[in-house]
Amino acid sequence: MRFIDEFRDRSIARRIVEKIRMFDSFEVNLMEVCGTHTVAIFKQGIKGMLPENISLLSGPGCPVCVTSQEDIDKVIDLVKKRDVIIATFGDMLRVPGTNSSLEEERSKGADIRVIYSPREALRIAGENPSKRVILLAIGFETTSPLIAACLQDARKERIQNFLIFSTHKLIPPAMEALLKSKEVNIDGFICPGHVSVTIGSNAYRFIAREYKVPCVITGFEPVDVLQSIFMLMKQIKENRAEVEIQYFRAVRPEGNRIAQELISEVFEVTDVFWRGLGTIPKSGLRLNRRFSDFDAEREFRPEAAESKENPDCSCGEVLRGVKKPTECKLYKRICTPERPYGPCMVSSEGACAAYYRYG
Amino acid sequence: MCLAIPARVVRIMGNLAQVEMAGMNREVDIRLVSDARVGEFVLIHAGFAIEKIEKKEAEETLRILREIA
Repeated sequence: MRFIDEFRDRSIARRIVEKIRMFDSFEVNLMEVCGTHTVAIFKQGIKGMLPENISLLSGPGCPVCVTSQEDIDKVIDLVKKRDVIIATFGDMLRVPGTNSSLEEERSKGADIRVIYSPREALRIAGENPSKRVILLAIGFETTSPLIAACLQDARKERIQNFLIFSTHKLIPPAMEALLKSKEVNIDGFICPGHVSVTIGSNAYRFIAREYKVPCVITGFEPVDVLQSIFMLMKQIKENRAEVEIQYFRAVRPEGNRIAQELISEVFEVTDVFWRGLGTIPKSGLRLNRRFSDFDAEREFRPEAAESKENPDCSCGEVLRGVKKPTECKLYKRICTPERPYGPCMVSSEGACAAYYRYG
Repeated sequence: MCLAIPARVVRIMGNLAQVEMAGMNREVDIRLVSDARVGEFVLIHAGFAIEKIEKKEAEETLRILREIA
């Protein structure tokens, strides 16, 4: 396929690896922030190609994984309200809440529809005027403009029975929180390609400037990831900390202005709680006053009385890059993709699921 | 969840477009990429085109790669 096959060229990949091997005099931890990168890196066997002085850490960029237990419990409470249909991306279905999961509720008769695009949720609302359709709005800056577009349409078309439950989060504040905690040493960030399509490379400049950590915005094919690692190693070697764009066939310094405007038309920035990282200031999106009539939380006041994370699950440490999935005592022995205990094993983009499938 | 796949724009109808993705035709929302033209490539995420893929820039990346590698 065009724009994919060229970036899977094995001979180019091999030669970049040789170039990367030339930086053998220092040890580094590079973090791939994005869950889609985590999967790509495992699938493509990138870890096995790299020399031993380069460690790749998985970051907090799997939206389902960082959703708080309280939000998951609230979602499960929403499902039980009368005359509602829940529209959700598939990854959320099996995430265990404190006492149940969406999948369990569905087997008990709750109306839960798995969607590929948020546009489908709008269509379901149109087809079911006697029900209220709640879209579980999850995801980072790649996805939030799409939800905003749907809300714009719902307003224009006067669709009254469409609501969202927003758990949208923002990537740069989470990267800063990791650096501030100083819990892990991060020498360079492999920055998310498609989040950056929206926010642009300028959004990471404060990280390079204030924390002196190099950032390279990276595409998702093997040659993209390897080139990006080469660029990070070169920056580290030359003692530079800059934001560079490897994925410049899709990412501009200023990002996608239309998408940014859509986000700010509908949402406002707020402090939110991330699994593993705690509350991070200005790291989430909630509906602003003009769109608050679409807010399922305001409408239904879902409860999450006694939300508890499983105390043996190491998802939190895995999301901070402090623990590898293999260092969790539940991993593989008790916690598997068939019977997951934490979201990092449920989501196809979770680090635990990636280790399990490809590790 | 941030997966996006290249597709070629076949037809534009206001906010919507027909795109060809891995040999299949699909309808997507194209309002985020107002300057996309028929024949150009866009990235598709969850039923929306989120950005144009710049052919020149893609070729430039490959040229740099051949140079460093």
